[in-house]
Amino acid sequence: MSQHFLDQFLFVALPYVCLFTFFLMTIYRYRAQSFSYSSLSSQFLENKHHFWAVVPFHYGILIVTAGHFVAFLIPRSLLAWNSVPWRLYVLEISALAFGILTIIGLVGVIVRRFSSSKVRVVTTPTDWLLFAMLLVQTVSGVSIALFYPWGSSWFATNMAPYLWSIMKLAPDVTFVSAMPWLVKLHVVLAFLTIGFFPFTRLVHVLVIPNPYLWRKPQVVRWYSREGKSR
Amino acid sequence: MNIRSQVSMVFHLDKCIGCHTCSVACKNVWTDRKGADYMWWNNVETKPGTGYPTKWEDQEQYHGGWEKKGDQPINIKSTGKARVIPNIFHNPYMPSMDDYYEPWTYDYQNLFNAKEGADQPIAKPISMVTGKDIDIQAGPNWDDDLGGSQIYAANDPNLEGLTDQQRQQLNSVERLVLFYLPRICNHCLNPCCVASCPSGALYKRGEDGIVLIDQKKCRAWRSCVSACPYKKTYFNWFTGKSEKCILCFPRLEVGEAPACFHSCVGRIRYLGVLLYDADRLEEVANLPDDELVEGQRSLILNPHDPEIIRKAQSAGIPDGVIESAQRSPVYKFVMDWKIALPPHIEYRTLPMLFYVPPMSPVIANFEDGLASHKMQNLFHGIDESRVPMQYFANLFGGGKEGVVRHAMGKQLAVRWHRRAETVGDVDRATADRFLREAELTVEEAEAIYKLTSLCTFEDRFVIPPMYREQAIEMIEEPGVHKAETGFGFVGGQQRGA
Repeated sequence: MSQHFLDQFLFVALPYVCLFTFFLMTIYRYRAQSFSYSSLSSQFLENKHHFWAVVPFHYGILIVTAGHFVAFLIPRSLLAWNSVPWRLYVLEISALAFGILTIIGLVGVIVRRFSSSKVRVVTTPTDWLLFAMLLVQTVSGVSIALFYPWGSSWFATNMAPYLWSIMKLAPDVTFVSAMPWLVKLHVVLAFLTIGFFPFTRLVHVLVIPNPYLWRKPQVVRWYSREGKSR
Repeated sequence: MNIRSQVSMVFHLDKCIGCHTCSVACKNVWTDRKGADYMWWNNVETKPGTGYPTKWEDQEQYHGGWEKKGDQPINIKSTGKARVIPNIFHNPYMPSMDDYYEPWTYDYQNLFNAKEGADQPIAKPISMVTGKDIDIQAGPNWDDDLGGSQIYAANDPNLEGLTDQQRQQLNSVERLVLFYLPRICNHCLNPCCVASCPSGALYKRGEDGIVLIDQKKCRAWRSCVSACPYKKTYFNWFTGKSEKCILCFPRLEVGEAPACFHSCVGRIRYLGVLLYDADRLEEVANLPDDELVEGQRSLILNPHDPEIIRKAQSAGIPDGVIESAQRSPVYKFVMDWKIALPPHIEYRTLPMLFYVPPMSPVIANFEDGLASHKMQNLFHGIDESRVPMQYFANLFGGGKEGVVRHAMGKQLAVRWHRRAETVGDVDRATADRFLREAELTVEEAEAIYKLTSLCTFEDRFVIPPMYREQAIEMIEEPGVHKAETGFGFVGGQQRGA
């Protein structure tokens, strides 16, 4: 009985609280505190180790996160891809590689922030908490990949339906409650990170500069004429 | 033709005494904040020297400005469109704090609170970043007045291409020569910082051409810092936003000169409007190196020409601005007399701050250990200038000596002319010969003399009306901005978590 309530709390209540917080607070923060939307780069303060920490971390986490989204959005196509063994191996090995790259980068980021006295000044308690969450999350993710193989397939069959049931406002915890504790940890921490997201520097992910690739090089703002630019 | 107006500047280096009053005025008004502590939107450098940040002119190191390869159109040298995504996590040409300096203050309280001991208490230097003790390694004017010139000045990128003889010229008198180079943002016509910003946070104000950074749109991708060849956009390490000289636009809008202009002791600074043709920017920015100085001049339009006035009016430029452009001291220096030149035009950003190169005269020579003064040496020839022409050409002429020589010749002629007028120990014929050689009339020489030596606030600063009241009324209720801070938003600048 208590197991049931715990599942309901962790996989139904918590996700909704986190998702609600995410949408409400990112929008609120963008409208009320748009000044605070910044990548808060510390490259200026420490430029020797910056490349080796930040670059692997970003490429790793972006690709791994994108992989999760693909499995969530198109589970059937993913299963079709995985139906041929060598394609499954390629996918799993590359996912694992990028997961490990993320951990290496993240550890680098944490060590760099801790060891450079200048960078430590601009690292807040929120940052440290976020780093801790991300570290546990990435380590658990890579462990799952190692101990519970072919995650790309079972994610598509078991996790995607659960996530979709959350999205469709008809939560069904059947699949997720049968999962090993490591996977449960990964799921709970994922939702916690989403809920924590708007209170952290992570918001810079949402303001990636896409119009730059299409806009004209020079930007001119007129106060007295409407919409005239170079 | 697409006529626009640009608030432009002239710095008369022959008058600069290197007192740094401009820097201090700017620092006190704008950058006396955490994260901006290391920034000097206005700084004064000693030349030859490496400047701030160290060796900023060395684009092999910093990759600033535009790059022209063969017949291809110009490209941003650091991170253009193609490279913005791979470089967004780590900017490969970003200068770090070590290239500027680590800001510090002193623990003055120790003078009062130190425990009784055998030694006098001292005010120890404290890092303004970490708050810890600091071993000072560099400062914003570390090579000021040639302090350690054999180490610093020798690294000046402008010395490239100078012959041994020219290098000796630099060291001939007491082994030293120096002049001052005050620098602010050039508010360029083709700003590389604006073109590089992935977020589109940087922009040029349409009405007056001032280049600004929208603090709410800046996301700290840092491209502008690498892209600006003059290193005049700075990264605020605390707020995670870039900042730069704003040409004191809040002061300009109420008709006052920017703080650095206003406080200038040597009265070296001039400010006024130039009208230019924005349609030809791209064409001019793509010209070969040695045509750039003339190319930039060709963009600037004559505000007295009735045809230009008519077109400017139809382009929506208010009569007050056109009238201001007609009285602009900058137009006189840059266009009428051609004695003010753009710094490093080869970066192709088309800077709108122009410099009158300094004369560095030799009044007395050393002979047998004594300083001797000879009449024919009163005003030396340009080529005897202690700073070689090639050096000025590298700095102000895009490598071309001709334009610098022309500017110097005119200044020399004005000196001969005024000497003949006031002291009378040189004859009129000699003075007239110098005027002729410099292609100057007596009237022009007098005008140059007056605007150089006898200039009042009104002569130096012809600030255009900015009609901000109309502009604000057109976009929203004037009451909207009531009770806001100077940055235009209520909450102040709160750093992101």
